[in-house]
Amino acid sequence: MSASVDAITYIKSTFPSVTDRLSSDWPAVNVPTGELISVLKSLRDEQAFDLLSDVTAIDWAEGASPRFTVVYHLYSTTSHAAIRVATPCTGDDAAPTVPSVVPLWPGANWHEREAYDMFGITFEGHPDLRRILMWDGYPYHPLRKEFPLAGIETVLPDSAVAEETKAKVIAAPMMGGPFVASAGEMNLTDAEPRAKDESWSERSAKPGA
Amino acid sequence: MVTSNSELAYNGKIEGEVIVSRADAVINWIRTNSVWPMPMGLACCAIELMAVGNGRFDIARFGAEVMRFSPRQADCMIVAGTVTYKMAPVVRRIYDQMTSPKWVIAMGACASSGGMYRSYATLQGVDRIIPVDVYVSGCPPRPEALLDALIKLQAKIKAERSASELFTAST
Repeated sequence: MSASVDAITYIKSTFPSVTDRLSSDWPAVNVPTGELISVLKSLRDEQAFDLLSDVTAIDWAEGASPRFTVVYHLYSTTSHAAIRVATPCTGDDAAPTVPSVVPLWPGANWHEREAYDMFGITFEGHPDLRRILMWDGYPYHPLRKEFPLAGIETVLPDSAVAEETKAKVIAAPMMGGPFVASAGEMNLTDAEPRAKDESWSERSAKPGA
Repeated sequence: MVTSNSELAYNGKIEGEVIVSRADAVINWIRTNSVWPMPMGLACCAIELMAVGNGRFDIARFGAEVMRFSPRQADCMIVAGTVTYKMAPVVRRIYDQMTSPKWVIAMGACASSGGMYRSYATLQGVDRIIPVDVYVSGCPPRPEALLDALIKLQAKIKAERSASELFTAST
């Protein structure tokens, strides 16, 4: 942990615009988008955070500013310290943008593709920014807040199969879901995942809907 | 003088080495006892599907041990696992490449109905893209449940009018 704190102290003295970020486990910092690459490069080369273990994103919901934050999880294989770096996306809600870190860590390639697929974040300088989980041509970014869990009706990836089977990508029937488990229940029967509101299902309409 | 017939089995000397039967019975007898499965293993159900092939459960007892990874050599597609929308056209194309007659077993909750995956990415039942003959409940089903499905499929094959389909011009 002390190696992480040392790294935070170092990076804050080198880059005055870097601020502390609330975190319940590892030290974390907020970095302005413009300085992201130089901060990460400094952490990698000067502080030996040689492993980028995850790149992910947060959608703070419509109307928030910034709406999207990209989070980098760094790990040092020599000092066994971890650190988290967050940066807000620039650009509008439709096309939020951050610089790609693939030049620093080639392993970021698929992480950034996933964040692009799920949130629609453009990573500038990424060598091959395509969808990785959903198929090419899928029109939505499913982990955005405005996207419903059940999905939105659209067409199958293969038009020939779609024509032959008349099948579509449909909004999944939720049957009273989404289902939630209550945390901290000692009685396992009460802790079973169940629908928040069981008064409605596919047969009876949701009250007030 | 009447003698009791002690011959219970087929005797070639008496019958003149000729068996009289129905074409349906002969064709279905052949088809029933050599169902070659196409293992469409897409998720954890595939592990149970592999267990069915092992000696403990031994699908070979029912003549269906020849797992064919080429759809052109398979009779029965066992869809074992979650079918995502991205995978759905692939499943359909593999099904299209199987030669008739062909059957489909939807193994487990996901293949039958989407299971617990009520989400934007999961096909809500493989019967939306291919015709299913037998559904198996379970998440995942026990290997015995898949054997039961195979026995039910064999019963269905035995009841088919195979000869009329073979000897009349098909549409």
